[in-house]
Amino acid sequence: MNNVTPRALGLAVFCAAAVALASPAPAQDNLTAVSEDDGKFFTADDVPTFKIEADGTVDWYTFSGFRRYHAECHVCHGPDGEGSTYAPALKKSAVDMDYYDFIDVVTNGRTKVGASQQSVMPAFGTNPNVMCYLDDIYIYLKAHGSGAIPRGRPPKKASKPETAREFENACMGN
Amino acid sequence: MKRMLAFTAAVATAMAGQALANESVKSLTKNPNGWAIQTGDYANTRYSNLDQINRGNVGDLQVAWTFSTGVLRGHEGSPLVIGDTMFVHTPFPNIVYALDLNNNGAIKWKYEPKQDPDVIPVMCCDTVNRGLAYAEGKVFLHQADTTVVALNANTGEVVWSAVNGDPSKGETNTATVLPVKDKIIVGISGGEFGVRGHVTAYNINTGEQEWRAYSMGPDSDTLMDPEKTTHLGKPVGKDSGTATWEGDQWQIGGGTTWGWYSYDPDLDLFYYGTGNPSTWNPTQRPGDNRWSMTIFARDPDDGMAKWAYQMTPHDEWDFDGINEMILVDQEMGGAMRKLLVHFDRNGLGYTLDRESGELLVAEKYDPAVNWTTGVDMDKNSANYGRPAVVAQYSTEQNGEDVNTTGVCPAALGSKDQQPAAFSPRTGLFYVPTNHVCMDYEPFRVSYTAGQPYVGATLSMYPAPSSHGGMGNFIAWDATEGEIVWSLPEKFSVWSGALATAGDVVFYGTLEGFLKAVDARSGQELYKFKTPSGIIGNVMTYSHDGRQYVAVLSGIGGWAGIGLAAGLTNPNDGLGAVGGYAGLNNYTALGGQLTVFALPN
Repeated sequence: MNNVTPRALGLAVFCAAAVALASPAPAQDNLTAVSEDDGKFFTADDVPTFKIEADGTVDWYTFSGFRRYHAECHVCHGPDGEGSTYAPALKKSAVDMDYYDFIDVVTNGRTKVGASQQSVMPAFGTNPNVMCYLDDIYIYLKAHGSGAIPRGRPPKKASKPETAREFENACMGN
Repeated sequence: MKRMLAFTAAVATAMAGQALANESVKSLTKNPNGWAIQTGDYANTRYSNLDQINRGNVGDLQVAWTFSTGVLRGHEGSPLVIGDTMFVHTPFPNIVYALDLNNNGAIKWKYEPKQDPDVIPVMCCDTVNRGLAYAEGKVFLHQADTTVVALNANTGEVVWSAVNGDPSKGETNTATVLPVKDKIIVGISGGEFGVRGHVTAYNINTGEQEWRAYSMGPDSDTLMDPEKTTHLGKPVGKDSGTATWEGDQWQIGGGTTWGWYSYDPDLDLFYYGTGNPSTWNPTQRPGDNRWSMTIFARDPDDGMAKWAYQMTPHDEWDFDGINEMILVDQEMGGAMRKLLVHFDRNGLGYTLDRESGELLVAEKYDPAVNWTTGVDMDKNSANYGRPAVVAQYSTEQNGEDVNTTGVCPAALGSKDQQPAAFSPRTGLFYVPTNHVCMDYEPFRVSYTAGQPYVGATLSMYPAPSSHGGMGNFIAWDATEGEIVWSLPEKFSVWSGALATAGDVVFYGTLEGFLKAVDARSGQELYKFKTPSGIIGNVMTYSHDGRQYVAVLSGIGGWAGIGLAAGLTNPNDGLGAVGGYAGLNNYTALGGQLTVFALPN
C-alpha cells in the first residue's frame, strides 16, 4: 500500500496547474486558497488547503478530514486536534509544519523516547484509512488550527466532488 | 531481616496447604491488613473489613507518605500490600517497585522490563496498566507488549515469562491477571485494531500455556459445548461463535478481554466480559456478532464455557462489555441468590444468577441513557434478554455516513473499566460513572493488520438537560435495580471505588481529589487534592496496627484524551454551565502514590 503516498502526492502535483481564482490573496502563506481543482483548493505553493465560504460552508476535503481525523487520529491527538495527555496538538502542527514533512511523519512515524517522554507516532504508510485521506486530514487540521473553523463537526459542507469519489474508490480498492 | 523471614515462612505455609481456588490468594484476601488482589477479593467487591478509619473520624485524615513512580502517563489500578511489602506498578514501561513498609517505603527492588516502544501507539487509549497480581510468593505482571512475567516477590527476579500476543498485529495488554488454582488467567486488548479477543490460562509455576478460549470462532476456538453451554437457559448450538457473522469477519471480530476477572471458588467458575465487535461501523459486520459484548462464566481447569449472556447484540456504539462482574449473595424475592452484578458500558446495571446465567434485573443506572427502552424480560418472548433499540439512536438504522446525534451514553459508557465497590453492611454498590453523550457517524474502513480499524467518528459532550457535569458517583441497589443516591461530579469519575467496614466509601476524581463519603447517605466527609488527576483505584491496608488508604494519581487513559482538551458541546444554551471546561485547567501529568492515615 506504500504506493498510496506517491499517488496522493501525484494528485497534488497534477493540480498545480489548476484554475486560478479570481482574486488571489498575497502568496507565501500556507493557508490562503488561490486555486481550485474540482472542489479541492491549493495555496500559491500548490499545497492543499481549505476554503470556507462566507456562510460557513466548508469545502468537502475539510469535512472529510474532520471525519477521518476523528476515526484514526483522535484517540491519541485528542478531539479536534487539541492534543491529549500524551500526544501533541496537531492543529498547530499542520499550520506550522511543511506539507511534505507532515506527509513524511504520518507515513513513516516518529519516535521520541527518553527519560521524561515516551512518545511514539506510528507509521501509517500501510493504512488506507489514513493514506487515502491524508490531504483531507491535513486540510482539516489547517482549517481548525488557523482558527478558520471552530471545534466540532462543520455544520455545512460542499458536496462530494467527483474527483474525490474517483480517487477514494481507486485508493480504497472499492 | 527477621520480618522478611517471617513473611517468607507465612507464604510457605500457605503453599503447603494448597488445594482448590488458590489458597494463597484466598487466605491473603481474607486478611484485611493486606490488599492481595487488584479487585480486593475474588468476588471483586473492593470491600475491606478495616474500620479504624470510619465515618466519624475520616474527616481527620492526613497524608502519611508519598512516592513518585517516575512515570508520567495515565496510572490505573492500585498497589498491592502483602505482609510488610507494597508492590507498585506503573504504565509503560511497566516498572514494578517493591517498597519496604518497615523502612518508610524504601525500595527493596525494582523491575523494569525492556519493551519495544513501538507498542505504545498500538495501545488504543494511553499506555495504562491495571496492576499486579500475587500468589504463592510470586508477583505477576502482564506487560503492554503482552509478555506475562512471574517475579520472585522477595528479589524481583524473573521466575518465568510467556508471550500472549503480537503487538505488530495490534495485540497489547492493559489488564491485570487472575491467579486461580494452578493457573494465571489473562486477557488481551486491541479491539480497535481488529484483534480477535481471547482469554488464556498459563501454568502458575512454569508459564506454559494450558488453554485459550476465543470470543468468536468455531466451538473448538470458543471452548463452548453446543449442548451444555447455555445462553439464557438454552443450549448455544453448534459454532455459535461464527453463526452470527458474515463470512470470515469473525477472524477480525474484536471482543477483546481487557477488563476485570472474578472467581467463585464454590461454583468453580470465573467470570469476565468481552468487548466491542470490530469495526465501529455496524453496517460493515451484519449479524449479532457473537460472542462480543458478552458475560462469560467459564471453568478455570479447561476454559469451557458454562454459560454466556450477550448484552448488546450487534453493537452500534462501542459499548464494550468488559466491566467487572461483582459476585454477591443477596436476598431476592424472599430467597438467597448467588448473584453476579455488572454495570455495563451500555448504561444498564445487570443482575444475573451466577450459577445458571439467568437474567434477573436489567435497569438503567443513569437516567440519561436513551439508546434503549429496556431489556425484554419475558422468557417466552423471541427477544428475551435483548435490549429494545430506539430507532433515532441506532447508528445501524440511520446508516453509514449519517451523523446520529444525542446518543446517551457516549462510547465511554455510563461506566468504563473503573471498578465499583460493594459493602455487605449496606447491601449497596458504589459506582463511579460517566454522564456523557455523543454524536456517532459510522463509515466504511479497510482492515490492515496492526493498523487502527475504527470506522466511526464521534464527538462527546456532557449529558444535556442535566447538572452540566460529566460524571456521577452513585449508590445502587442491585436487587431492585434502583439508584439510592447520586453525587454530581464535574468530570467523569474514572477511579475505582473502595468501601470499608468503617462505613466510608472512597473514590478519586479527574481533578485529583481523593474523596471520602458516608456509605449510607453519600454525604462528603473528606477530600484532599493529590498532585494529578486520579484514574487509579483506591485501596486500604493496615501496618503495625495503623490503617492506611492509598491511591495512585496520574491523569491519562481514555479520560485523558477527550477531557484533557475539553469536550465539545453542540448545544450553545448549555455553554454557561462550564462542566466541560478543559481538564488541563485543573491538573497536569504526574505519577504519584499518596498514602493517607489518621494522625498518630
